[in-house]
Parts: sequence; C-alpha cells; structure tokens
Amino acid sequence: MPFEQSSPALGLSGVGFSWPGRVPFSLEVERFEIAAGERVLLLGASGSGKSTLLSLICGINAPQRGAITIAGESITGLRGARRDRFRAEHIGVIFQQFNLLPYATPLDNILLPLRFAPQRRARAGQARQAALALTDALGLPRDLVERSPARALSTGQQQRAAVARALIGMPPLIVADEPTSSLDRGSQAAFLDLLFTHCAAAGASLLMVSHDPGLAPRFDRSVRLEEIARMRRGEGEQ
Amino acid sequence: MILLRMALASLASRWITVALTVFTIALSVALFLGVEKLRTGARASFADTISDTDLIMGARSGGVQLLLYSVFRIGNATNNLSWESYLDITSRAEVDWAVPISLGDSHRQFRVMGTSAEYFERYKYRGGRDLTFAAGAPFDDLFDAVIGADVAETLGYQLGDPIVVSHGISSFSHHDDLPFQVAGVLDKTGTPVDRTVMVSLRAIEAIHVDWQSGARKTGATTPAEVLRAMPLEPEAITAALIGVKSRLKIFGLQRAINEYPQEPLLAVLPGVALGELWEIVGVAETALLAVSAMVVVTALLGMAAMIFSGLNERRREMAIFRAMGARPLVITALLMLEALIIALLGAALGVGLLYGALALGQPILDREYGIFLPISALSGREWQLLGAVVIAACLTSMIPAWRAYRLSVADGMTVRN
Repeated sequence: MPFEQSSPALGLSGVGFSWPGRVPFSLEVERFEIAAGERVLLLGASGSGKSTLLSLICGINAPQRGAITIAGESITGLRGARRDRFRAEHIGVIFQQFNLLPYATPLDNILLPLRFAPQRRARAGQARQAALALTDALGLPRDLVERSPARALSTGQQQRAAVARALIGMPPLIVADEPTSSLDRGSQAAFLDLLFTHCAAAGASLLMVSHDPGLAPRFDRSVRLEEIARMRRGEGEQ
Repeated sequence: MILLRMALASLASRWITVALTVFTIALSVALFLGVEKLRTGARASFADTISDTDLIMGARSGGVQLLLYSVFRIGNATNNLSWESYLDITSRAEVDWAVPISLGDSHRQFRVMGTSAEYFERYKYRGGRDLTFAAGAPFDDLFDAVIGADVAETLGYQLGDPIVVSHGISSFSHHDDLPFQVAGVLDKTGTPVDRTVMVSLRAIEAIHVDWQSGARKTGATTPAEVLRAMPLEPEAITAALIGVKSRLKIFGLQRAINEYPQEPLLAVLPGVALGELWEIVGVAETALLAVSAMVVVTALLGMAAMIFSGLNERRREMAIFRAMGARPLVITALLMLEALIIALLGAALGVGLLYGALALGQPILDREYGIFLPISALSGREWQLLGAVVIAACLTSMIPAWRAYRLSVADGMTVRN
C-alpha cells in the first residue's frame, strides 16, 4: 500500500469556515473521519453545504480554523498552489456529469491529473500503460481511448473514463460528487460495482456525495451532512 | 506537452472562431509587413532614380533644389551654368564623362530636356540599369526627339509623330514653326525619365535662334536646313551629370567645382542629395506605418475579445482543470498559450499572404508606379516587427487571462455553466 494504513484516509477536526460574501455563510465540522479503504456515502440535499465541504476537503478553500488531513498529511497548513498540488497528488475527483474535457481524448483526460502531481505520476509508473490498463479493465475500447475526443463517447463510456482518471496513480482518497444522479437504477448499480471494484484494487478510500438515500446499503457507512456539519447562511439565520 | 496538446485540441474544437481570428491577424500582419516592404521598396526605388553618376553640377543653389530640377524635373533652376565653365570643368583630368542638361521648355504637361546622345549611355538607374529603347534610336537629326514611356503612353505617340515644343513651362507660345519628330521611345524605368521629352542640346539652341527675351522676333523663321548648318553652341546649360575616373577623386572635384572662381557653382553627390530629399518626403511613410500598426492593434484586441467572450462558456473546463490539481496560474498560462498559438498561426499566414500578394503585385507596382519590390527573405527588421506582433498578442491576452485567473479562483472546482 502506498500510504500509511493506520492513519485515516480523511480526517476533519474542529473545522470552521466562513465566507464573507453578499450572503455570508459558515460551515463547521466538529469531527469526521474516513478509515483507509472505507466507503462512505455522504447524504445531503442540494444547498446543504456539500460543495463547500468538498472544496475544503479538496483544498480549493482553506478553513479559518481546525485541521483537515488526508492519509495522515495535513492540508490546512498549505498555501494556495501547494494545496492545488496536494489535491492532485492525493485525491481523485469524479464529478456529477463525468466532466471530461470534451475536446481532448479520454487518454489525455486520464493523464491530465498526473501533469500536476509528480509523485502520483511516479506511482503510476509508465503513465500511458497504466492509463490503458485501467481503461482495458474498465472495458473501454482502445482506439476510442486513444483517438476520439471525449465528447464522442457515450455517457457510460465517459463515466468509465472519469473513474480511470480518478484512480490513476492510486490516490488514497476518491471523492465522487453525485456521480450517479443522471443514471437510471440499473446503470447506477453497474457504475457502483465498477467504482467499488477499482477503488478496492487501488486501495483507495471513497467518499461519495449523493442526495439519494437508496444507495446507502451498498456502502460501509452512510452519513447525513447535518449530522456532521452545521451550516449558517445569512445574518442570524439558522 | 499534455497542456500544449490540450490547448491545440481546445482551439481545434472552436475552429471557426479561431480561424476567423487567425485570419484577421494574418491580414493585419500582411498589411503591416506589406507597408514596411513598400516603404523600404519606395525608398530604394527613390534612391535608385539615378545611379553611377558621381556628381551633379549646376549653378549655386541648394543641393536638394539642384537634384529636384536636374533629376526629378521639379521646379526650375534659378540660374544657369555657363557653357564656358562647363567646358572648363569637364576638361579636367579627373573627369571621365559629362552629360549636359538644358531644361526650360515643355511639351504639353511634360518637360523637354536638351542633352547629348551620350545621356542614353550614361544615365543609369536602379543599381546600374541602362535606358533601353522600346522603339527607335537616340536622336540623330537636329529635330529628332526621344520620349519617355509615360509620354508615349499618355499622348499615344509613336515613331515619326510630330512634337511641337512650347516655350517655357505651361506657356501659350509654341515653337510650332519648328516641329520635332519622335525618333525613339524608351522603355518604362520608373524614374522621371519616363515623363521627359529628350532632344539634342543643339536643337534647344536651334528653336531659340529666332527668339529674344522670351518672345519670337518678327520676321520669317530661319529654315530648318539653315539651322542644321549652324554651329548652335549653347551659351548656358542648366546642369550637368559628371562621372569621375576614380571614386577617390569625387570629393576633390566637388570642392574644385564649389570653389570655382569664375562662377558660383554647386556640385552634389546624388546619393547624399537623395538622402536629404527623402528626409523630407519620408515623414509620410512613418504615418503609414503607424496606421498599419493600429490595424495590428485592432486585430489583437479582436483576439482578446474572442478569448474573453469564450471565458464564461469555458468556466466548466477551467473547473475541471482546477479539480485535477491545476493552479489558477496554469489556467492563465493555458489562455496565454492559446493566444500565442493564434498569433503564431496568424503571423505565419500573414507572411504567406504577403508573399502571395508580392508575387501578384510586383510586376504591376513596377510597371505602374516604378516601385520595384524585390521578393526576398524577411529582413532582420521585418522579423523584429513579426516578433513585436507576437509579443503584443501575448501581452493583450493577459487581459482575458487575468479574468480567467479571477474566475478560476472564485469558482474553484464547482462546475458552473
């Protein structure tokens, strides 16, 4: 295993973040952990602060207080560019709509995070071979992966390419933001199978955010956002 | 490498707007370089108006003025140069050849120049090119005239056509009693020779035998046959072209002429006088270059506007880059890289357009305007101008790139559409 097994894949403690905008809001997380290899479903309706929490975990925004660690390493002490690098090294991100760059080939899409993460690139070994091994395992045809622009792929194929992009170089944590929301039940199940299999193979922990409690039985643990986080929006509003 | 690939793929996916922008820049670059080429070409053609003549001699006035009337046939000499002084000076040992020029009469809108037949051998232009005859030959008979290409074309003259010389310039008194006939037509040169009617120096004297103080004497015209038998030596000429035996003697001879005790004379080096004249004319070229530079600026602003207008649609793309671990500066760099690619493509296409236009336009420019543009590789200065365009493109792209930076900091990896 590339990362320390004993430390949790993700740890938040005493985290407080506030955004002084036109509509000020704040988010507080007293304690939240994901063990190494654990699969956690985070349930929350839209506007419940999911995006803010994810942007803190991924190091896009830094909390004013508290600590966030990933695989035992703290992200909170790092400054902007270092946090970006840290994200590239440690986190594989899957978006709601499998956001690939539509004009680039799936292969280039998959290799892109390695461009910003030298250690992860080193872990991947022969990056191109590693990417193709992943897409082979995910059942994507080679000529499609190497030659077509991503926009030519079907939704299911884009999904797989996005999974490969998150998994390449074996980051300790995979963050998936509503990846199944645009799929029907059958496809959802198939996608989760795929995701779980490959996360397990890569030894990655999984944090998946969804508004659908029906997915809960398939995870090791499911948590409601309200249980771990307190959010305030506006002045004195609860 | 992967970022370059991404930038190229991204541009390719928006190829219509990109192609239009590239084309706009290409046109502006072609115009900019074209003006530069035209400018240097016009300057060179101008400097090539007269070559292989070492000194121009005339009565004392200004160097530019002497050049203007003796070579460009613009303005008039304030004073003449006496034939005696001419013979005295041209008999000096260092003088290799001399061609006298006598101006003052006209035919229609064209100047008539009295000279010797040697003029057609000695007058050279564009780095030593000879005057060549499209038809006929140099004057032989007293009443033969040789006309420049523009004279022939404008007035539709052919060999053997009669020419009546007017006394003075734009005057109503004509030497209609003694008409000339066209004995030769010169090829186009792009020099003032094209707009000149050339006759022999003796002929100038001949048509003025019966004249005094600018008016015809009363009484019958002296018959042509009698005139042909007369010696007809001029009392004065307007100017002379002089060649020396050794280039080392030029300055010595120039000083000797300028300090000639018997008569106030002036000798100028054609190259120096042309340079002085261009200093005056050349202001317009700078203005022209400035205008075409503004066209380049417009094209670059168009490019910035294109990148700008695409930013909102591309926030999703930028969010993906951020999520993959790209710093906001990478987004900035990507946009500037795009601008650089567009500018390089535009510059390359612009150079292509320029040479295409040159290949098509060169013969026309040469024929119609006497401006010869050599089709040569880009000069160091032209490379500099191209480089300046590309650098300006990168600087311009910093405006949208900065905006993209701000957006990608604000959006993070939240995908907004």
